[in-house]
Amino acid sequence: MKKYIDTGKKDTRSGFGAGLLEAGRADERVVALTADLKGSLKMDAFAAEFPERFIQCGIAEANMVGAAAGLAVTGKIPFIGSFAEFVTGRVYDQLRQEVAYGQTNVKIASSHAGITLGEDGATHQTMEDIALMRALPGMVVLNPCDYNQTRQATIAAAQWDGPVYLRFGRPGVPNFTPEDQPFVIGKALVLNEGTDVTLIATGHLVWASLLAAEALEAEGISAEVIDITTIKPLDEEAILSSVGKTRAVVVAEEHNMAGGLGEAVAGVLAARCPTPVEFVNGADRFGQSGTPSALLEAYGLGAPHIAEAAKRAMARK
Amino acid sequence: MKKSNEELKNIATQVRRDILRMVCMAKSGHPGGSMSSTDILTTLYFNEMNHDPATWTRCGKGQDMFILSAGHLTPVYYSVLARRGYFPVSELATFRQLGSRLQGHPSIRKNLPGVFQASGSLGQGLSAAAGAALGKKLDKEKNFVFCLCGDGESEEGQIWEAGMFAVYHKLDNLIAFTDWNGQQIDGPVSSVAGEGDLAAKWDAWGWRVILADGHDFESISRAFELAKAGLGSGQPTMILFKSDMGHGVDFMAGTHKWHGNVPKPEQLEDALRQLGTTPLGDF
Repeated sequence: MKKYIDTGKKDTRSGFGAGLLEAGRADERVVALTADLKGSLKMDAFAAEFPERFIQCGIAEANMVGAAAGLAVTGKIPFIGSFAEFVTGRVYDQLRQEVAYGQTNVKIASSHAGITLGEDGATHQTMEDIALMRALPGMVVLNPCDYNQTRQATIAAAQWDGPVYLRFGRPGVPNFTPEDQPFVIGKALVLNEGTDVTLIATGHLVWASLLAAEALEAEGISAEVIDITTIKPLDEEAILSSVGKTRAVVVAEEHNMAGGLGEAVAGVLAARCPTPVEFVNGADRFGQSGTPSALLEAYGLGAPHIAEAAKRAMARK
Repeated sequence: MKKSNEELKNIATQVRRDILRMVCMAKSGHPGGSMSSTDILTTLYFNEMNHDPATWTRCGKGQDMFILSAGHLTPVYYSVLARRGYFPVSELATFRQLGSRLQGHPSIRKNLPGVFQASGSLGQGLSAAAGAALGKKLDKEKNFVFCLCGDGESEEGQIWEAGMFAVYHKLDNLIAFTDWNGQQIDGPVSSVAGEGDLAAKWDAWGWRVILADGHDFESISRAFELAKAGLGSGQPTMILFKSDMGHGVDFMAGTHKWHGNVPKPEQLEDALRQLGTTPLGDF
């Protein structure tokens, strides 16, 4: 199978910080807001270079969303940054009225998403954010998989005309996508071609899916791996053309079942190409404290779990 | 050219007629707070705001902006916008009908001129107004952003978040005002949540606070002029307009019962007779 080189672990939130700085240099309309999480969101470089365009909101996320909407009305391109739970669940109604229904050009920078937030535990680990954001009419939902892709996704989000939810994470993860690969919103990437099973993954679990494909290859199973960079709008054609070959699917995500990528893919397949699907996700649970790697193992979100799910899906063909 | 108080009074009377006829035609809507804020919004749009309906754009460049945080007050909002020339007065007849640009609560999705932002879920408009005011500051504009809040609405925590934000960012181009009618759906504000001393609260938050009579055109104009004089002070301004819910019609005045209730046909007739006609004419 195609070889991918881990060029060293880097956190995706740093990819966001780098992309934000570049977007800010390219377009003076870009402004950044945070609710007391400048450092966690890696906004320091942007704030240092553009102090007037960095807007500290204090620990008041609801107002941050409204203020960003107001800035957007006047022509700015605001990025609002906080932990995933606090820029989705905490402010769902504000995002709904001020951003989605209000059609303001606000970019939601959602860090520390999923269970790999780690030791802080369940209050800070959202596994429901994709569901909430997918439910908003017109919202674009991005979930890049590594540092390079997150940097490019941030630049693409700034150039997109309309609300964008940009989901990324806290821990260092393998950085393997090409540094200069432009991010195309709405386009999935086929990372490895295969014929026996399709592994569809997003975010941190894309690398795990590549590892699973390697392990499957050693057992004589040819797995296609698709990186869903954009959860909404979903690249249905990429999924269908792969499934047409493989007729078996695994969907892996660091999110719960309800409203996640798995249900989105299952919806497409049920309507257009009924196919056995196995799910690797958080099911219907809250998280807990632990290291990111221990949590991924405990919640069944690792490469071995994806490989096992692939075999189950194939057995149902 | 500014309107005289006599002219403002005529317009306000016509706006109150519009409000009652709109909600009665739609058989729904919020007349009470619309009538308590009629004189304030009439004065703002006809005499105090620097704006031009003919060149209006949603981004508000080069003009003053207004955001209705208390989004249920669409009857007065739409009537004042139409009477000021943002869209045909005849369109008021479509209020709350399927396909209308005049949604029950303000929408930007129907491209209704004059509306900058959606509102209705309470407590959020002041944040948007603060963001717009900050946008104007970043663009080195001297224009103001106005925002109408309800006193019941001020029970929302986000209002106070926005209050803190506006002071921290020195938004002296932000002029908020409260339609302090003392009523909300479930009853008098004092009996529902206990609003306390709004003036002392906004003062403690670091805002310039102005008290005015929301049904005296002289007092309303003075309050807005005083508020605008705050540009350069580094502080946002809150005007607290004492007002009566349902003002202008005896059986509607001073009670929460008309917050979201619509007069019966015979009550409408009585109300319109009390208000009297104006040279502007009904829509």
